[in-house]
Amino acid sequence: MIPGRRGLTGRRDKDLLRFLTCGSVDDGKSTLIGRLLHDCALIYDDQLAALERESRRFGTAGEDIDFSLLLDGLEDERQQRITIDVAHRFFATPERAFIVADTPGHEQYTRNMATGASTSELAVILVDARKGVLPQTKRHAFICSLLGIRQMVLAVNKMDLVGFDERCFEGIATQFLAFATGLRGVSIQAIPVAARFGDNVTARSARMPWYRGPILLEHLHSVEISGGGTDRPFRFPVQWVNRPNGEFRGYCGTIASGAIAPGEEVLIAGSGRCARVKEIVTFDGSLDRAQAGDAITLTLESETDIARGDLLADPGAPPEFVDQFAGHVIWLSEHPLVPGRSYLLKIGTRTVPATVTALKHRIDVNTLAHLADRTLELNEIGFCNLSTAAAVAFDPFEVNRDTGAFILIDRFTNQTAGAGMIAFGLWRASNLHWQALTVGREQRAAVKEQRAAVLWFTGLSGAGKSTIADLAEKKLLSFGRHTMLLDGDNVRHGLNRDLGFTDADRVENIRRVGEVAKLMTEAGLIVLCSFISPFRAERRMVRELTAPTAFLEIFVDTPLDECIRRDPKGLYAKAKAGRIPHFTGLDSPYETPEAPELRVTTIATTPESVVEHVLDELRRRNII
Amino acid sequence: MTAITKPPVSAGVQIKHLKRLEAESIGIMREVVAEFRKPVMLYSIGKDSTVMVHLARKAFFPARPPFPLLHIDTGWKFREMISFRDASAQRLGLDLIVHTNEEGKARGISPITSGSALHTAVMKTEALKQALDRHAFDAAFGGARRDEERSRAKERIFSVRSAEHGWNPRNQRPELWRLYNTRLRDGESMRVFPLSNWTELDVWEYIAAEEIDVVPLYYAALRPVVKRSGVWIMVDDERLPLEPGERPEMRLIRFRTLGCYPLTGAIESAAATPTEIVAELRDTSRSERQGRLIDSDEEAAMERKKREGYF
Repeated sequence: MIPGRRGLTGRRDKDLLRFLTCGSVDDGKSTLIGRLLHDCALIYDDQLAALERESRRFGTAGEDIDFSLLLDGLEDERQQRITIDVAHRFFATPERAFIVADTPGHEQYTRNMATGASTSELAVILVDARKGVLPQTKRHAFICSLLGIRQMVLAVNKMDLVGFDERCFEGIATQFLAFATGLRGVSIQAIPVAARFGDNVTARSARMPWYRGPILLEHLHSVEISGGGTDRPFRFPVQWVNRPNGEFRGYCGTIASGAIAPGEEVLIAGSGRCARVKEIVTFDGSLDRAQAGDAITLTLESETDIARGDLLADPGAPPEFVDQFAGHVIWLSEHPLVPGRSYLLKIGTRTVPATVTALKHRIDVNTLAHLADRTLELNEIGFCNLSTAAAVAFDPFEVNRDTGAFILIDRFTNQTAGAGMIAFGLWRASNLHWQALTVGREQRAAVKEQRAAVLWFTGLSGAGKSTIADLAEKKLLSFGRHTMLLDGDNVRHGLNRDLGFTDADRVENIRRVGEVAKLMTEAGLIVLCSFISPFRAERRMVRELTAPTAFLEIFVDTPLDECIRRDPKGLYAKAKAGRIPHFTGLDSPYETPEAPELRVTTIATTPESVVEHVLDELRRRNII
Repeated sequence: MTAITKPPVSAGVQIKHLKRLEAESIGIMREVVAEFRKPVMLYSIGKDSTVMVHLARKAFFPARPPFPLLHIDTGWKFREMISFRDASAQRLGLDLIVHTNEEGKARGISPITSGSALHTAVMKTEALKQALDRHAFDAAFGGARRDEERSRAKERIFSVRSAEHGWNPRNQRPELWRLYNTRLRDGESMRVFPLSNWTELDVWEYIAAEEIDVVPLYYAALRPVVKRSGVWIMVDDERLPLEPGERPEMRLIRFRTLGCYPLTGAIESAAATPTEIVAELRDTSRSERQGRLIDSDEEAAMERKKREGYF
């Protein structure tokens, strides 16, 4: 069974299986892979010698070699004896080539586990025979199934520590299968193993004669690998337009599914336009046909306006094209997902601003029950409605992993904050159209002899925002300008009376105010808004929402100490007494504007002179 | 109309698995060119770099790769490497930037007198940072593979570096599907590894299949060597001072990896063609980096160097 040195045999005409190991902490994931590599003769002598040295120093296997040290490649991992990030290893047997991702078991590193799972076709889920199925076992199995993995191995490990007991194995397998009936379309093979000694990993165990199913390596050899999508409709996300000179214009990309040949028609998704393929260009010569997975360059018969981010598709089976859809989201960031907040969404080769418009439910990974919630925290999974700034082409993730998957990027930290899988488009998007109007903002503003604008006053409670905004409006009125003032406190008495002061409610509060301000600029007004608006993300959201109207972020920069001293409404005193939770500046953050149009201070000056400053700025910008 | 002449069609990759690796690498390179302002390709003259340049020619055909190559010259590369570098760049019509840390050179930093750790820090890591900063590159391709070393096995394909070029292994971005997050803050840059999923054997099978020229030092020949710390060191020229009693002898050797010649050990081998090397690799019991003296200084040597900005 053990392939010996021939384990390094080349991969000529063999296929490739990508899989991951996952499961809870200390269930033996790294040890299992170490064992596979060792038995397939993939560990070189000098690596083995180094491993023996380190096993004595850091190892947890007594006198034996600690195979996990082979994979835990980071200093922190070896010192803390845990796996933090995913490691990719490569091995081949005479039958098949493998890329295996060893992923961390700790809940806090779930995002690294998801990284390994997203490119895998099979998951080996380990369970410690002594502990049985844990919440983390279920979490990983559920995430694997969400990310599209249909083949799972339940490896019940450390069988040596339960006396190779058949009933123990059966009990765990039954428990896991009962949970897995809630996962769609997944096939599961349970195998009892002792990874440290190799039992049922690469060689059949003499100590578990009662087990007659396939051993792990046999199973890895025999599972069917999906065809890579050649049988599905043609999809080609345009990645880069190649224009070395005036004569050549080629569309570069990797075929996501299906196949293409010269002379065939392609649809430019969303445009309704089609074009005929002229040539499939590669460095090695033009091709008669190309299929899923091929990185090619297409030229078309007719001059067509196509750019990076467009999706070329089979005209007979077009993808959906909408700006609102629903799908699962796995949250990967320490900053919670907040509905209404703007993120960047990357799908295929397209990146567009997007917001989660509603969190329909959160999923309890233990029971798979649907729970109501306002936000998603790190490592939580939810089902959401999303809205993109422009329509995007997609297929449901279940049908096509490449055209149905997206990531959400935090616009401030640039972190990859979420992983998403589109379930379906929302009807509203395709049936709700903008009513074209003849009179617009410009005309309405022109009769008032002004330009519409938003003056957004931000700052701590008690900074003086409302005083300044009120005085500024009075001045503008006295010049005959048409204005409106939206004030935080006043809005919360009506429009936003249903909202509290959690982060999620604060975001929704600002989103609604932004929409109202936008309507008022459409009416040609100069809109003054006075809101603490502590988060940069929301101030940016309003700025983008009201564009192209002039937007002036005015930072009323009064230090916290001074605000506490003034405390005009007695709120700081109450908050300090613990009677107001989530109070900005105390136990809720205020994110200072990075580049406001205007920054004003209120110490050693009068509100009148601050307002003069604001009006000067408006004149400078030709608003008044 | 074409910028580069086409090779014969028969030279294309025939092996299914290598084709998949090739397509993945090409996709990664195109993504970088589409999303970054000013990319550069690190070119170490080794076999991996040479394969990477070959893939870049494929990715952007019929255009030339729309970025320059950057070679960090420590002044201690084998002479055959330097002549191969210059000939290749000229033959392929690629822009080549050669950068040396002149300050380090003036201080007389050398692998022989300064030791490998200081030499690597000043003449490789520091030099690389200088070059990236001087040209304000926001993305740099490297030919590193995950199977080379276990901290490399932990790195993403798109790996963010701080303004100081440091790698923070504790806070890597999740990398899902083929959706690479390419966003950077001011001053940050991206290191991109298109060969992440290739193994040493894949590289040689690809070199054989595609008939790619590599530095002749990879192929066995009789060369003058001395034995130091258990490895064969080639006496490339008079800059390698011989120790008392040391006399170069002629041995049939080749190199599995190429770096600075006083730090790179050769192996005894008769493999003189890519096909013979593939056969040799299937049988070897030693890892690729065994000949690299700079990695064995300490067990976490590679990770530490990467945190400081090494590739």
